[in-house]
Amino acid sequence: MTDISKEAVAPPRSFLSQDAIQLFYRLLAALLICAVLAVLSDSFLSLGNILNVLRQASLTFFIASGLTLVVLTAGLDLSVGANVALSACIAGTVIHKTGSPALGILTGLACGGIVGLLNGIMVTALRIPSFIATYGMLWVLNGLTYWYMAGETLHGFPAGFRQIGSGYLFGLPIPVYLLLVFLGIGTLFAQRTIWGQEIYAIGANPVAARLSGIPVARRLLLVYAVSGTMAGLASIIFLSRLNSAEADIGESLTLPAIAAVLIGGTSLFGGVGTVFGTFIGALILTLVLNGMNLLSVSANWQPLVTGIIVILAVWLDVKTRRRAQ
Amino acid sequence: MSTAALAVEPAVSTPLLELRGISKEFPGVKALDDVSFAVFPGEVHMLLGENGAGKSSLMKVLCGAYRADAGEFYYKGEPVAINSAADAQKLGIAVIFQEFSLVPHLDIAQNIFLGREPKGRIPGTIDRSKILADARRVLGMIGFEIDPSTVVDKLGVAQQQMVEIAKAISQNARILVMDEPTAALSDRETELLFALIARLKADGVSIVYISHRMAEVFALGDRITVLRDGRRIDGVRPADVTPDQLVRMMVGRNVDMTYPRNFADKPGEVLLEVKGLSASTGISDINIEVRRGEIVGLCGLVGSGRSEVARAIFGADPVTSGEIVFDGKTISGEPDLAARRGIALIPESRKSEGLALLRSVGDNLVVSALRKLFPSGLFDQRRAQRTADGLIRQLRIATPGARQTVGLLSGGNQQKVVIGKWLAAGSKLFIFDEPTRGIDIGAKAEIFALIDRLVAEGAAALMISSEQVEICHVCDRAYVMREGRIAGHLARNELTEENIVRLGMHHA
Repeated sequence: MTDISKEAVAPPRSFLSQDAIQLFYRLLAALLICAVLAVLSDSFLSLGNILNVLRQASLTFFIASGLTLVVLTAGLDLSVGANVALSACIAGTVIHKTGSPALGILTGLACGGIVGLLNGIMVTALRIPSFIATYGMLWVLNGLTYWYMAGETLHGFPAGFRQIGSGYLFGLPIPVYLLLVFLGIGTLFAQRTIWGQEIYAIGANPVAARLSGIPVARRLLLVYAVSGTMAGLASIIFLSRLNSAEADIGESLTLPAIAAVLIGGTSLFGGVGTVFGTFIGALILTLVLNGMNLLSVSANWQPLVTGIIVILAVWLDVKTRRRAQ
Repeated sequence: MSTAALAVEPAVSTPLLELRGISKEFPGVKALDDVSFAVFPGEVHMLLGENGAGKSSLMKVLCGAYRADAGEFYYKGEPVAINSAADAQKLGIAVIFQEFSLVPHLDIAQNIFLGREPKGRIPGTIDRSKILADARRVLGMIGFEIDPSTVVDKLGVAQQQMVEIAKAISQNARILVMDEPTAALSDRETELLFALIARLKADGVSIVYISHRMAEVFALGDRITVLRDGRRIDGVRPADVTPDQLVRMMVGRNVDMTYPRNFADKPGEVLLEVKGLSASTGISDINIEVRRGEIVGLCGLVGSGRSEVARAIFGADPVTSGEIVFDGKTISGEPDLAARRGIALIPESRKSEGLALLRSVGDNLVVSALRKLFPSGLFDQRRAQRTADGLIRQLRIATPGARQTVGLLSGGNQQKVVIGKWLAAGSKLFIFDEPTRGIDIGAKAEIFALIDRLVAEGAAALMISSEQVEICHVCDRAYVMREGRIAGHLARNELTEENIVRLGMHHA
């Protein structure tokens, strides 16, 4: 019977090694940008600047890491920025009213998580496409936050709380430690747990995943809740670093987070990508913006450059993957 | 080889299209190796071969999707080149693929003349009355009576196929290549298609017909070309060969077409009991019992509700009333619960419902067994790899390794991966929905041997199939469905094709 199995098959290839190649290219691109900036600007390689880049990248990464999981399931969460704003304002209020940073942090995380869960319910139980559900949620959250803040600004938080966003430990900013911790947790979750494997399977083919016995709805709920909770975490870092909160702080956060996910090589069609890629995506994005600042390029050019990088990164992905096929 | 081809050439001496010495190589694979092939006017030329034999490659060379590495083309004796789809279209070659290329939200007329719409008086508009009239004329030519303004979305598979054929005819196709056209058709629809083929033949259209069904080959074919491993094995007339000889040519050895089974003397305990099951998908009052050690058939016409029963048992569609008792316990809920209790569904469409095509063989093999293999929740790539390697060996899946993208495997090997994932999960009841669709004869025998081994080891199988021969050969007994209900039950000694057809037929 064995000779039945002798059929034409192409040489071996896999997405694992393909993923590794894509990550390698991205690291190379990040290093290349560093090298160019080091030549062009004297201040780029200073410790202060590098720590600054990492700290800025960390905020984008927190939002983008949760978003990566959503995108791996072929979904999208457009409400993350608005979620950060609402969570920051509510957490800030709790700290002001109770004087307890711990309670504020918990409230911020819970608020983010609940918003994420609501997104998940819309996507699973109500079967609204994630793009639309979270787009609607964006407006709802914006509306709530503007109504709640009524034009006010929360300002001035306890010194201990402010350490989270602006403090140092052994010479490194605390957000950088958090970044490493969540990069580790995110990577372990996606690559080394069965839930992570199931998320990849759902993104690759949701129908087959359900008929393979994966509890698709529960996993999607989890993924949106995680995305929301990471937005809640970002809101705490944001609050503590800026020492203030306003209703409009979320507006400039969503699109860079999506950019980091895409530059990091996660496919909007789902099933392909890594949390580590998103970290490098956030890094590349921050490096370029930092370099433009150092070289005194007008900030007006930043959106244009970001757009070009996103298109370039995705185009290269599509091209190399197609060649691999 | 050319002498063999000459021996079966019909009276008309010049072929409409002739291919000589076609070769096509991909990295590591010789897809076509010195293949010669001639199509004469008004003939049905059957193209036979197992999956991977080179039928698809030859078809793609014919329609200009692939460029041959070597070889010559002759059209009515004149040398020509087929380097692109446009070249093929100019020569009147059209292909009806298994996956149709129609736009679902456009109507029939728009689909037939897509990209060639008659222009209206105002620039940029379409002459609606002319496109409808033209479409009606083309549909009339193939004897398909339907309103051309019907949206394609609303058509069944057979009707969509008719639209594809109409589209080809409207482009003056003289050579129609059909890839397993009856694979998704009911018996009645198949008859209509055969009638249309006869009509096209009479008009001088040549048909290259790819099939896995022996009965069709003899019913329709004027000539038969057999491919194996990218080579042309032989060209014969149906009158000169027996089915067994053809099978031997295809697989290069003898294959027993009777799928021998070790029928158990007495089946084991009841594993699945379905009582009065109804679902929103149109099935009602279904009563089924499956015991350990049994293969129970579920037959009936396409659309009689067989897949719906399978899906309802598996929890994929909501149940409205009735009870499912599995292994002594009443069960309900989503597929993940059914899977965890030991029910496996091998769905009808393995590409869209059974596999994540872009993921690796290994990923697909362990996806249903994650909880069982890694009870702690921590995934271990090496353990997954070992499990996958074991299944690849056990099931003889032809793949360079567990890391191969599953979409690149042949149909039979993809089906083995779908079955393999449930072996890994340790399932007890296997529900097969058309397990051999689009799979070549050799792989079919392997799949049936596998199912036999599963039930011999104490599992049970519920098998849906449109191939009544297979049901008769393989099943211990069978239920026949009609219009969403169980129309009857056939014990082993009553299990004949006649009985299945009799019970499954609609009685007006």
